[in-house]
Amino acid sequence: MAKLTIDGIEVEVPNGSSVIQAAEAAGIEIPRFCYHERLSVAGNCRMCLVEIEKMPPKPVASCGMPVADGMVVHTDTEMVRKGRRGVMEFLLINHPLDCPICDQGGECDLQDEAVSYGRDASRYAEQKRAVSQPDWGPLVKTTMTRCIHCTRCVRFTTEVAGVAEIGGTYRGENTQISTYVEKALSSELSGNIIDLCPVGALTSKPYAFTARPWELRKTDSVDVLDALGTNIRVDARGAEVLRILPRLNDEVNEEWLGDKSRFAVDGLKRRRLDRPWLRENGKLRAASWEEAFAAIASRIKAAAPEKIGAIAGDLCDAESMLALKECLTALGSANLDCRQDGAVFDASRRAFYLFNTTIAGIEEADALLIIGGNPRHEAPVLNARIRKRWLAGGFAAGLVGEAGELTYPVERLGAGPEALRALADGTHPFAEVLKAAQRPMIILGAAALARPDGAALHAAAWKLAAQYNALRADWHGFNVLHHAAARVGGLDLGFLPGAGGKSTTAMLNGGVDVLWLLGADELDIKAIGANTFVIYQGHHGDAGAARADVILPGAAYTEKHGTYVNTEGRVQQGFAAVLPPGDAREDWTIIRALSAYLGHALPYDTLEQLRTHLAASYPVFGQPFARLAGNDATAPAGDGAALAAAPLKPVYANYYQTDVISRASPTMAACVAAHSPAQAEAAE
Amino acid sequence: MLKDSDRIYQNLYGQQDWRLPAARVRGDWDGTAAIIARGRDALVEEMKASGMRGRGGAGFPTGMKWSFMPKQSDGRPSYLVINADESEPGTCKDRDIMRNEPHKLIEGALIAGAAMGANTAFIYIRGEYYNEAQRLQAAIDEAYEAGLLGKNAANSGWDFDLILHRGAGAYICGEESALLESLEGKKGMPRMKPPFPAAMGLYGCPTTVNNVETIAGVPTIMRRGAAWFAGLGRPKNAGTKIFCISGHVNNPCNVEEELGIPLKDLIEKHAGGVRGGWDNLQAIIPGGASMPILNKEMADVQLMDFDSLAAVKSGMGSGAIIVMDKSVDVVKAIWRLSKFFKHESCGQCTPCREGTGWMMRQMDRIVQNKATLADIALLEQVTTQVAGHTICAFGEASSWPIQGLMRAFRPTVEARATDYQPPQNVAQAAE
Repeated sequence: MAKLTIDGIEVEVPNGSSVIQAAEAAGIEIPRFCYHERLSVAGNCRMCLVEIEKMPPKPVASCGMPVADGMVVHTDTEMVRKGRRGVMEFLLINHPLDCPICDQGGECDLQDEAVSYGRDASRYAEQKRAVSQPDWGPLVKTTMTRCIHCTRCVRFTTEVAGVAEIGGTYRGENTQISTYVEKALSSELSGNIIDLCPVGALTSKPYAFTARPWELRKTDSVDVLDALGTNIRVDARGAEVLRILPRLNDEVNEEWLGDKSRFAVDGLKRRRLDRPWLRENGKLRAASWEEAFAAIASRIKAAAPEKIGAIAGDLCDAESMLALKECLTALGSANLDCRQDGAVFDASRRAFYLFNTTIAGIEEADALLIIGGNPRHEAPVLNARIRKRWLAGGFAAGLVGEAGELTYPVERLGAGPEALRALADGTHPFAEVLKAAQRPMIILGAAALARPDGAALHAAAWKLAAQYNALRADWHGFNVLHHAAARVGGLDLGFLPGAGGKSTTAMLNGGVDVLWLLGADELDIKAIGANTFVIYQGHHGDAGAARADVILPGAAYTEKHGTYVNTEGRVQQGFAAVLPPGDAREDWTIIRALSAYLGHALPYDTLEQLRTHLAASYPVFGQPFARLAGNDATAPAGDGAALAAAPLKPVYANYYQTDVISRASPTMAACVAAHSPAQAEAAE
Repeated sequence: MLKDSDRIYQNLYGQQDWRLPAARVRGDWDGTAAIIARGRDALVEEMKASGMRGRGGAGFPTGMKWSFMPKQSDGRPSYLVINADESEPGTCKDRDIMRNEPHKLIEGALIAGAAMGANTAFIYIRGEYYNEAQRLQAAIDEAYEAGLLGKNAANSGWDFDLILHRGAGAYICGEESALLESLEGKKGMPRMKPPFPAAMGLYGCPTTVNNVETIAGVPTIMRRGAAWFAGLGRPKNAGTKIFCISGHVNNPCNVEEELGIPLKDLIEKHAGGVRGGWDNLQAIIPGGASMPILNKEMADVQLMDFDSLAAVKSGMGSGAIIVMDKSVDVVKAIWRLSKFFKHESCGQCTPCREGTGWMMRQMDRIVQNKATLADIALLEQVTTQVAGHTICAFGEASSWPIQGLMRAFRPTVEARATDYQPPQNVAQAAE
């Protein structure tokens, strides 16, 4: 630790910290453009100048200056002010004064600092520099004339996103931040450079000229487009969600957000189900809630309890899943499944289906084995965490399966389960890496569980973890990487076939007479029996709604208060930012109302009552998050030897369109068109 | 005047052969193994005692620089990097060393490498020096063949590899940390300091960067002793230095002289005097393009060494003396330098990237008689906003010529501005 004095405040910070960090610890704000806590230090904006005693009499950039014991720093002397004013003037001479038409206006670092350090008028009488505006794809809008060359975007894409696509070309005042060959950014995290850009050079293309930040109502929420539970802020104006930004959470997403989660927001106002629909004579017609409920009641009352089933989809909140489960239970049915992908595996212990190492725990691991997943597509922010770990050195990764390019080197161990066998009997060279590792972790992709031999893979992966000492009291190295935000919540509250109940696959092909799809669209809709009466409760007119006999319009995640459990088992709540459109309602209230209609009224009338009930019935929902110890080595049921030969494929071939919201989003469609034209054509 | 016997560079003008046999006749590679056998500490002490200051421009004591290198390796190798990116306008001393005395440089590299525990040295040569690179490479190849480099170099017991790397022609790559970046294959942009290269330099390893002239002088100092070198020149400004005299002199030349020689003597005795006589002198830039200009009154009495030049707020720099007689438009001359610096700014940090262009345009106004006195004051302020605020010394390098002009030729500059009336109500002003 080093003790130093900043503006008369004594502060103690770890050795190796920079002066700007020490100042932050002392509660002193130092203006900066290029410096960012999560990126390497560039020191090029020169805005963070401070004066340090007993150093050459010139201002020092505090971001690059390591602290020393006994250092005396001044952040507000005449020399410092003069230096910062000088830098600000230089930044502004070639920066266009187009704030009135700039989307960064109101949340622009340059604007803010100009208030403190800018002149009232420019002394620069020459022509300003103009720079061409390259097309970086459908997400990031460039106005490079505004660029102040802080290189945050360059450092982010190179270091965090792991795709070296942006750099500085030319030199001196002709320097341009560019991709050199004009192209769409290929990173799934590209949207973050919009947040990082301290000026209006990089702004959101879909959001261009839409709103000013002060017009927006900001609501804290949780992202549901992957299973990471990224903390987000939903910005809305009136009834419309306009944009989504990440919130800070070092345990989960640090401050990053995947492109799909950020930009699929325009899918929230397209193809929406805003009133109940009823199928009559093979055609859907608009109906009232009363008519819809009546139709459902007549079918449910006519059906035998064991012929009623419910499947929960990928975006559901825990509250609606609990309500639906209890409604079905009251009707006497045990046909429940929250695994619409058809996965069947042992979920009797939480450790069997959680990302036990935790996302932050990745940074402690020293070896990684990925089995049948593509973290880059299934959880891009988690993938960035793995890359961060790899960058720190002393980390080896291996992959079984057919995932495409990841952002760190992985050893390809084989496409199919035969590689797992070789790892199990120690004949594969990578076995030595796992053996030597102190904290090995294994990530089992959700797609592996959805295979016919999913249970066997599940058991085999667990066995590998036990074999390579990844299951210890101080370390849990077994991880399941889910891709569906609702999955862990559903498993936690046992939205699974009860005694004698049918699983997803069994409910299809006429296995039930009445099938309730709670936002379930990702299953094989064609396999639903021709005579099965389908109730679709959800928010988008997608595959499920097209097959439905009754449609109950629900709320999307931005429109309801919901509890979600992320892949590591972290229980988080999101708040409603806007109201559901039209006649649509929050999902649990629909189920509550219908349960009363069916004569089995659920015992809660308010969300608070429901949540109290939830926490009482399933204690994990009321407990603070804690990492699980790995010393209970009881293995999941499943014959680890019964592996099929087929290669392990990732969940998605197409990152941008994976659920009802992203499929409804024109921005995501544009991304597909930009990155894989063949796919876009095929979809048309 | 320096005695011929005290010259380090006996073949500066290439009158003799540059190859190894001829170099041996001149005394190169004589007893190199014995010098290295003195041991690391003795070599560094000898260098400190000689009072040698870096010949690249900043004049940092060489022995002290060497002593910063770690005595005990922590597993990382140490590197010596020789800066042959001689890009300072007016400077051509390293060029002649590499052309005509390449073995002094190679031997110096070996001794310096042994003195700082480096088994590998890189020479980063300016891209434009194509012929010099060819010749230097030939000399290196000769040395390898003769067993003077490589394993057990020159029978000294020290393994030493010397690698010549050509730059791509950027002025900024003469800045040591930008040079290292460029050598690593990245864009030549200076690094932040600390950490200094001695702690974390090339590929993150301890590195010392020395100028060609510094290293080429090492063997002679080691052979003749620190006392000999320290006995030349003035206190704290010891030894000899190659001056590159160009511009309006009768006989432009490179010449090795003692530090501290009067500027006037240097020009009159070696360069055949100023064109049209000393009284026709208008200005002298004493140390390469980035050093502040001197007017005739200053040049009359100026001594050529680090401290004497610093005392008049100019600098020794690389020792490139640019002489201008009265035919020169001195304002335009400095504008041309501003244009050069604007062109060569790497663009990394704000004050230099934006400031060099602004300074050049302000100078342009003055040259075109389109500046007011306020514009001149503004220009001066801009130079102070650039200098001292940048990552590397380029901020100073680009500002000092203008600041020097204002100090030495203020009346000349202001004469350009007195009659000018800025246009009123033109379309552009209304915008």
